[in-house]
Parts: sequence; C-alpha cells; structure tokens
Amino acid sequence: MYRSHVLICGGTGCTSSGSAAIEKALVSEIEKNGLKEEVQVVKTGCFGLCALGPIMIVYPEGTFYSMVKVEDIPEIVEEHLLKGRVVTRLVYQETVTDNGIKSLQDTAFYKKQNRVALRNCGVINPENIDEYIGEGGYQALAKVLTEMSPDDVIQTILDSGLRGRGGGGFPTGMKWKLARNIVKDADQKYVCCNADEGDPGAFMDRSVLEGDPHVVLEAMAIAGYAIGATQGYIYVRAEYPIAVERLEIAIKQAREYGLLGNNIFGTDFSFDIGLRLGAGAFVCGEETALMTSIEGNRGEPRPRPPFPAEKGLFQKPTILNNVETYANIPQIILNGSDWFASMGTEKSKGTKVFALGGKIHNTGLVEVPMGTTLRTVIEEIGGGIPNGKKFKAAQTGGPSGGCIPAEHMDIPIDYDNLISIGSMMGSGGLIVMDEDNCMVDIAKFFLEFTVDESCGKCTPCRIGTKRMYEMLDKITRGQGTLEDIDKLEELCYYIKQNSLCGLGQTAPNPVLSTLRYFRDEYVAHVVDKKCPAGVCKHLLSFEIDPEKCKGCTLCSRVCPAGAISGAVKTPHVIDKDKCLKCGACIEKCKFGAISKK
Amino acid sequence: MSKTKNTVSFNGTAEQKDELLKVIAEKKNDKGALMPILQKAQDIYGYLPIEVQTIISDELNIPLEKIYGVATFYSQFSLNPKGKYKISVCLGTACYVKGSGDIFNKLQEKLGIAGGECTPDGKFSLEACRCIGACGLAPVLTVNEDVYGRLTVDDIDDILNKYAD
Repeated sequence: MYRSHVLICGGTGCTSSGSAAIEKALVSEIEKNGLKEEVQVVKTGCFGLCALGPIMIVYPEGTFYSMVKVEDIPEIVEEHLLKGRVVTRLVYQETVTDNGIKSLQDTAFYKKQNRVALRNCGVINPENIDEYIGEGGYQALAKVLTEMSPDDVIQTILDSGLRGRGGGGFPTGMKWKLARNIVKDADQKYVCCNADEGDPGAFMDRSVLEGDPHVVLEAMAIAGYAIGATQGYIYVRAEYPIAVERLEIAIKQAREYGLLGNNIFGTDFSFDIGLRLGAGAFVCGEETALMTSIEGNRGEPRPRPPFPAEKGLFQKPTILNNVETYANIPQIILNGSDWFASMGTEKSKGTKVFALGGKIHNTGLVEVPMGTTLRTVIEEIGGGIPNGKKFKAAQTGGPSGGCIPAEHMDIPIDYDNLISIGSMMGSGGLIVMDEDNCMVDIAKFFLEFTVDESCGKCTPCRIGTKRMYEMLDKITRGQGTLEDIDKLEELCYYIKQNSLCGLGQTAPNPVLSTLRYFRDEYVAHVVDKKCPAGVCKHLLSFEIDPEKCKGCTLCSRVCPAGAISGAVKTPHVIDKDKCLKCGACIEKCKFGAISKK
Repeated sequence: MSKTKNTVSFNGTAEQKDELLKVIAEKKNDKGALMPILQKAQDIYGYLPIEVQTIISDELNIPLEKIYGVATFYSQFSLNPKGKYKISVCLGTACYVKGSGDIFNKLQEKLGIAGGECTPDGKFSLEACRCIGACGLAPVLTVNEDVYGRLTVDDIDDILNKYAD
C-alpha cells in the first residue's frame, strides 16, 4: 500500500514543457529519501490545464502543483512527501485560499466542467490496462456481449442522442443502424476510428488517445458487435508519436487479456484492431478519403453515395467515428441513454470537449455540457483574455468553421446554434482572438491552409480556393476593390455548392463568417487602405512620436534598410519610402515611441 | 509536389536495403500495405528517393507511378534528404495567432533558406508544419524530437546554438 500517489502529466503539452525530466528527478529523489515503498509516481494523460504545465498532483490531498521545474523537486519531496507540508509557493495559485488549499474541482477552470469523454485523462496511467479496468473499464463491453443484443446496443446509442463529435454531428446510432442493416449478407464489415485530428488548434482526440487509449478500443469492439464487424482500424496521425505508442501498448495488453481477439469474454464474438498511420494530409479526416488512404492510395475522397455504411473500406460496409465519439460509448452503455440525454440541449446531447487556444489565459482542454455559453467557456473557465486586451472573436470548427463575434457570446453552444450563426462545431477547436488580430488576415490564413491541403481532385476546391486566396492576398496588400469583396462572396457560395467533399464545401466558411461580422475590416483594407488591427504589413506605416523619442539612436542602428535618421538626443524620423516594415525598430525602442498604424 | 531540387545523390547501403526487404516481406500480404511500407522505408533512409520507390515497386508489384503518386500526396513523405536537425515551426491556428509566422520568417532569415529547404552543409532543414497539438504552449517549434514552446523571436538564437555540433 502506498500512502501517497503523485500524478504527473505525460501528455504532449506537459512533455513538451519537460515533464519527463521531472518524473525522472522525482523518482530518484523519492528513492533518495527512502520513500519508495510509500509514494508511487504515476504518469498519466492530460489534466487539461496545459497552460500551467508541467503539472503534478499529489494524492490523497489533491494538491495541484503547476509549472514545476526540476529544481523544485527536492523541495517538494522533502517538504510535502516527507514532512507533509504543502509547498504553497509552487501550488496552482487559484487553489490557495486563506483557509488553506482548496480542491481543484472548486477552481474556476474545473468547476463548470463535466468530464465524460475525458473522465480518465489525468487520472489513470494510460499504459496500464489494470488501471483502466479498475475505473470500470471493459465492463461496458462485458455487458454488451453477455446481456444485450446488437439491436439493443444500437437502440441505446440512438436513444442517447449522441452525435458525431468529429464535425458534422451525424447521429451515431443512425450510422450504426445503417451499417447493420443496409447490406444483409456482407462477408466482412469494418469499424474505423478517425484519429486523424487535423483541425489546427484541436487536440482533444490526441488527449484521449494519450490519456485513455483503452476507452477507444472498448468502444470500437462494442461498435463491432453492434454492426457485425470483426475487424477495426484506427487511423491516427503520425504527428502524434505519444498517442501512437500508447495505442500500440494498449492493443497489445488488450490482446493479452483476451479483450481483443477471438471469443471475447467466452462468447462467439471476435474482434481485433489494427493501427494505420496517417502521413500528413488534412483531407484524410474526410471519411471516404480516410478509407482510401487506409487502402494504400492517395487519400482522395470518393463521391457519395454509395455511403460507407454500404460500401466503405475495401468496398465493405464500414462505420467511421471519431475518437471523442467513441470515448462516450462505454459510459452510455453503463449509465444508460437517459443519463446521457439528460445533459445538453434539445438536439445536442451530452458534453463536448473544447481545445481552448489563442489569446486566452487558461489554454488547454475543457469538457462542458452542450449548451454552455461561449461567455462561460471563455471568461469563467478560460480566465479571459490576457494583457487587458479586448475580445474580438472566437474561431470554432477550424478551417471549416467561422468566427463568432462578441455579440453572440451568450448563445448556448450546440451543433445547430453554431451553424445558425455561420460557424460549426467541427472537432471542437476554440481559438480566441483579441483586438490585435486582423480578421482578413485570419481568413487568408485559413485559405492558405485549404489551398495547401486541397487534394486536387475536384475543380471548385482546387482552383476556387486558390482564387479566393489570391483575392484575399490582394485585399491585405491594399490593392483590393469593393468589387473584389463581392466577387469573393459569390465565389464562396459557388465553391460550397459544387465541391466534392466536406473540405471544399466548408472551405469558404472562414471568409463568409468574417465577411458577415467584420465586413467593416474588409472595407477598411479596401477603401481606407488601412489594417485596423495593425497586422497587414503592406498597409502599415511606421512613425516615431517626437514627444517620446529621446534620440538614443538604437532604432537607426537596428534598421536593416537604413530608413531611420536623426542626430543623437534629437527625435528621429523614418523615411517611409525606404522602410521595410519589419518592426525591428519597435522591438528595440525602450520608450515606446514608435507606432505602426 | 516539392519545388526544391534534390542535389544529393542516392547513397543507400546494403544494410538499409536488407532492412527494407525484410519490412516488405513482413507486411506484403497485409491489406493496404503500401503506406506502412513507405513509412518504414522513410524511417530507414530518412527520405524516399526514386531508387527506394523502385525497390518497393518491384517487390510489391505495384507500378512506380502509383507509388510516386502516393509518396507525393502526403506531406510527411519527402523525396529530398532532410537536415541533421529538422526544424518544424507550427503554423497551426493557435500558434499562428500567437505569432509563429514571425518565428518562421526569422528562422528563414537566420538560416538563409526557405521553408522546405536544407542548409548547404546539411545541418538544418526548415519546414512549416500543421498543428502538433501542443496548442497550450503556443507558439511551438520542434527540432527533431525536441519541442520548444511559449516562444518569442528572441529565443531563436539560443535554440539554434544548442545544435551547434
């Protein structure tokens, strides 16, 4: 028996900020103090609060240490683990109160969260199947195989109201039902998992794979039983090495325990799972492209129909769900569809994980009931915008989604509301932007992404997105006209209607939503030749405030173009014809005398 | 398709070829084996020159043009050798809004190469990558397996100096 457990986050965020070195230091320091038999160190998945990484929690007290450094370890071990005195200096300051340390669950970041898909992330050691089983893992699979018929399983998922968490929000139970019934005598069916999380800024699937890989395996086996498949594939991004490694370990352990393979739980149900690594193509997140890629081809989408439920992978009936969708399945089976349907809004049930990023204090992963407002997520859980800046927009849905302006901050977030305001749920990336972000530049950024990632198969997407990018580029250079804005909008609708797959059909969304809410910024670029946020270089002019300039000459020395002149101790001047707008002078000026407008 | 030209001639060893043949023999009969084989081949050689694609084509009995088609479709496959230290700057949304574009430009300037290129001494190659999922630490870059987060333009010199050997 251990008297204390120290949980260290081994997710990508904390690993990147050095948690592996901390784990090593901790283990050796614990040995040095003779606590090896008393304190256990557990490497877990992501706690969600990536902004404060590396993160460490000491149980049973639940003390939450944040931004831990290797140098801090001896102090934590000696003071806390040996002498039982919390090192308040290193504790997450939100948890420090006058009456001692409060529980992490009571902090603003966690209070309004409800972790269903992420329930085990940051709690168990993902590389140990026993810990997953200890938390009730594989009980749902046992229940399904021994007590439920495939139709019961599908009905339960249908009743729960679960919708696909990867983007479109198609009812999961419906997908399963189609795959079960549409082809009666299929000799083979497949269950696939979309772990090709491509939306830049979304990392909840990675977190589940890294923090709780078995939940995906269990859910896929349940899906296999429901539709009558014996083989599954997980298509995971090669950019997620930790996730790949933990999945490999999990599959191996599940096979050893007989939870994958032949005759699971002594029934006549057999199911196995193979891993396939993506190779960096965003379009492979589209279901037919993903299947084409698993088959070993260029990952180009196929026209639908036939839908994958009829002819999917290797031309066999196939279902494809994403990681977060699967992570909900075992809990629905164990707790019932009513429990799941009691959370959320009328048409969007359950919870949703959001990846908070951009200009926000608490970057990280949060899971909230559907219907939570954007304001709650950003201001309460996310802790608001740093540096006293003003909120401008939240971007959801990645390159397929749109920007939500401040006026819609109080809308309850669910699939249908987001679409009605011109964005979409997507996989749940939520990037916050402040007054320093230019919305035309952001639209251009997303278009550059889609131009790069368009597979080239259909013309509207291949040529259309390129033309859109060129128009946006022209506007950010101050060469656009009002007519260009109209043409751009027209092209958006054309591409949406005529592209082959979801990538092209949604590619214009970032432009349409910024045009809808921030048209004045486009007009400012075109008519006034100004970038209000001060981002688009071609439209900026650099000026030195003669009142503030002390004539220190630093700026004229760093200017690569020799554009700044002036004698020592007299105000300097920028020659606008020579200025390259590189910003080197602003970085160096100690008096804040240089501004860009 | 890559715009840069491969100027380094292919110098694969017999050991590398044996390793590749072993991988092919292992995976040959799996459904959709081409992608996993290309991935292993890139691990072995560091890139996928036409010589390596030809071996795979011969062994799998798949036409070379199909292999070339697959190898050029995915951004992780490279037809050119990479530097000893591969620098990838994340230009995903979260990093971009926090200024990773400036970091990428500064690196191009410091190294004197454009994205997708390799310094003439073969030491550094530079590329922009899409989200690596470390958005909590934005902006982020990686050098081989090492991740650097919460960067500013001023951190670049220190990072490059770590790889001076």
